[in-house]
Amino acid sequence: MSTQPAQPGTIFSPTLAARFDRLVTLYPVKRSALVPMLLYAQDEIGYVSDAVIAEVAARIGITELDVRNVVSYYSLLRTKPAGKYHVQVCTNISCMLRGGNEILDHCKKKLGIPNKGVTPDGVFSLEEVECIGACSWGPAAQVNYAFHENLTPESMDQVLADYRAKAQNGGGK
Amino acid sequence: MATLTTHPDCVPLVSYRFGKGATNIDKYLELDGYKSARKALELGPDAIIAEMKTSSLRGRGGAGFPTGMKWSFVPKQSARPKYVLVNGDESEPGTCKDRLIFEHDPHSVIEGVIIAALAIQAKMGFIYLRGEYRYLIEIMEKAVADAYAKGFLGKKILGSDIDLDVVVQTGAGAYEVGEESALMESLEGKRGVPRIRPPFPAVVGLYGGPTIINNAETIATVPHIFRIGAAEYAKLGTERNGGTRLFCLSGHLVRPGVYELPMGYNLKKMIYEVGGGIPNGKKLKAVVPGGSSTPVLLPEEIDIGMDFDQVGKAGSMLGSGGVVVLDETVCMVEFALRTMKFYQHESCGWCIPCREGTDWLKKSLTRLHEGGAVDKDIDNIRYLAENMLGRTFCPLGDAAAMPTIAFVKKFRKEFEDHLEGRGCPYHRAAQPEPALV
Repeated sequence: MSTQPAQPGTIFSPTLAARFDRLVTLYPVKRSALVPMLLYAQDEIGYVSDAVIAEVAARIGITELDVRNVVSYYSLLRTKPAGKYHVQVCTNISCMLRGGNEILDHCKKKLGIPNKGVTPDGVFSLEEVECIGACSWGPAAQVNYAFHENLTPESMDQVLADYRAKAQNGGGK
Repeated sequence: MATLTTHPDCVPLVSYRFGKGATNIDKYLELDGYKSARKALELGPDAIIAEMKTSSLRGRGGAGFPTGMKWSFVPKQSARPKYVLVNGDESEPGTCKDRLIFEHDPHSVIEGVIIAALAIQAKMGFIYLRGEYRYLIEIMEKAVADAYAKGFLGKKILGSDIDLDVVVQTGAGAYEVGEESALMESLEGKRGVPRIRPPFPAVVGLYGGPTIINNAETIATVPHIFRIGAAEYAKLGTERNGGTRLFCLSGHLVRPGVYELPMGYNLKKMIYEVGGGIPNGKKLKAVVPGGSSTPVLLPEEIDIGMDFDQVGKAGSMLGSGGVVVLDETVCMVEFALRTMKFYQHESCGWCIPCREGTDWLKKSLTRLHEGGAVDKDIDNIRYLAENMLGRTFCPLGDAAAMPTIAFVKKFRKEFEDHLEGRGCPYHRAAQPEPALV
């Protein structure tokens, strides 16, 4: 999350607001900036909130309903907060063959949450995801955007422990 | 960092600059970078397309359409602007090759866009990456900025009178967007539902203008064709299947990895020699040769060359280059179910045969795997899948149906073993879906 003060009229940090100002000028039509804008906004705010939808709609000049219709289509976009570290375990075929389901089960047990759950302290959330493009290095998971590959239950423990430590030290994403 | 794996039979062409620091533009230039774009500029549109046809490069996204021919379909005169669109929405399960290209050689993608734009006289290109590949978006954006700074993009590129702008775009998680018409919808800021064709994108594409859409590996291959010569490139592969491709070996192998091998390389050799064979002394049960949508092959069907025509003759598809290897411990019903869960999740819901078909297939396969299925279910699965084929706007319906038909046909006995009262004869107990919070 950004610590920079917000500019008047925007909920985004000055850096992101400036990026969005430029983004809408790159395309033949402004609306082409919609999907990237929503994803980058989610990265900063944590999820696609009502305020995000309102500002993005205004910036592009479409209705909030138009924005909501698009949001509901894309699986990376979420309308409620996830944990600080969003653990996404792939169980698609290549990962499944090498123990992806076991990694997912292990995470459920270790974190004490089901698929799509968030830990009470808000540090972790867990999601079973479709292929993340790490097939030759499976089983694999992404924590936020970082890839973790060739996982075993033991190495997954280490991955979770490292993020837990990062959270305790007040570390960012 | 994702890295290429090598084997003595590998031919480093697309991977020529991998691991050599070519994300740095100066390093890229040192390694013959942007020389192909200059060559193409001298050649002009017609000669570029002729070279592409000579190379016999075929689309690396899965369909295997000849690239030169695709480019030649773009009308010379057009009232609307023309576009080049790179499909880097890599999402076909089993496929992880484009990631390596963006990570190790982003400028080859940009140079490919320049050559394609010169060929069809487009002034704008888009490089669309899947949203999950965030670190690659940063690499690509930096590469594009560097290319602008050196005059390879922007106004009067390479000292010519030609202008070319390139934008790096991110998706936000949708397999369907890897389909060309849904990709255009997404780039126009909409839900990624497919468009009916004709008209084809070469005539009416992005923003209504003529558009060529190529897979990232296809585009990244283009500069290498001009670097070594189209005829030389063609010779690396087999007839009508020029060059090399990045094969993604995954599943039950001693050495899974992404390898660059000549088109037509023997699949059996790929599994047993390149991939090191099946670990733990297990036997091979099946191979999915080109990503999850391609029909499964049995061990006795894998003594074939991996090119579009030979794999097609064997009853499957070369697809996206994702070779998934299954050992004897795999329950084929579970594997078919996991495949179908994916397509059911990714169906955009636009066409009824796909939306309803994938949902019913998932339900039927779940019932088979978890218990309670009856005789008729097996034929019903096949009947449903066969009725999805060719009845949707885009190939997602086919992608779900084709492997399912092959699973039932080739492993019928195993499906029958799952019928009521018998249950999964393999290890894994059925896992109920966890409750959503």
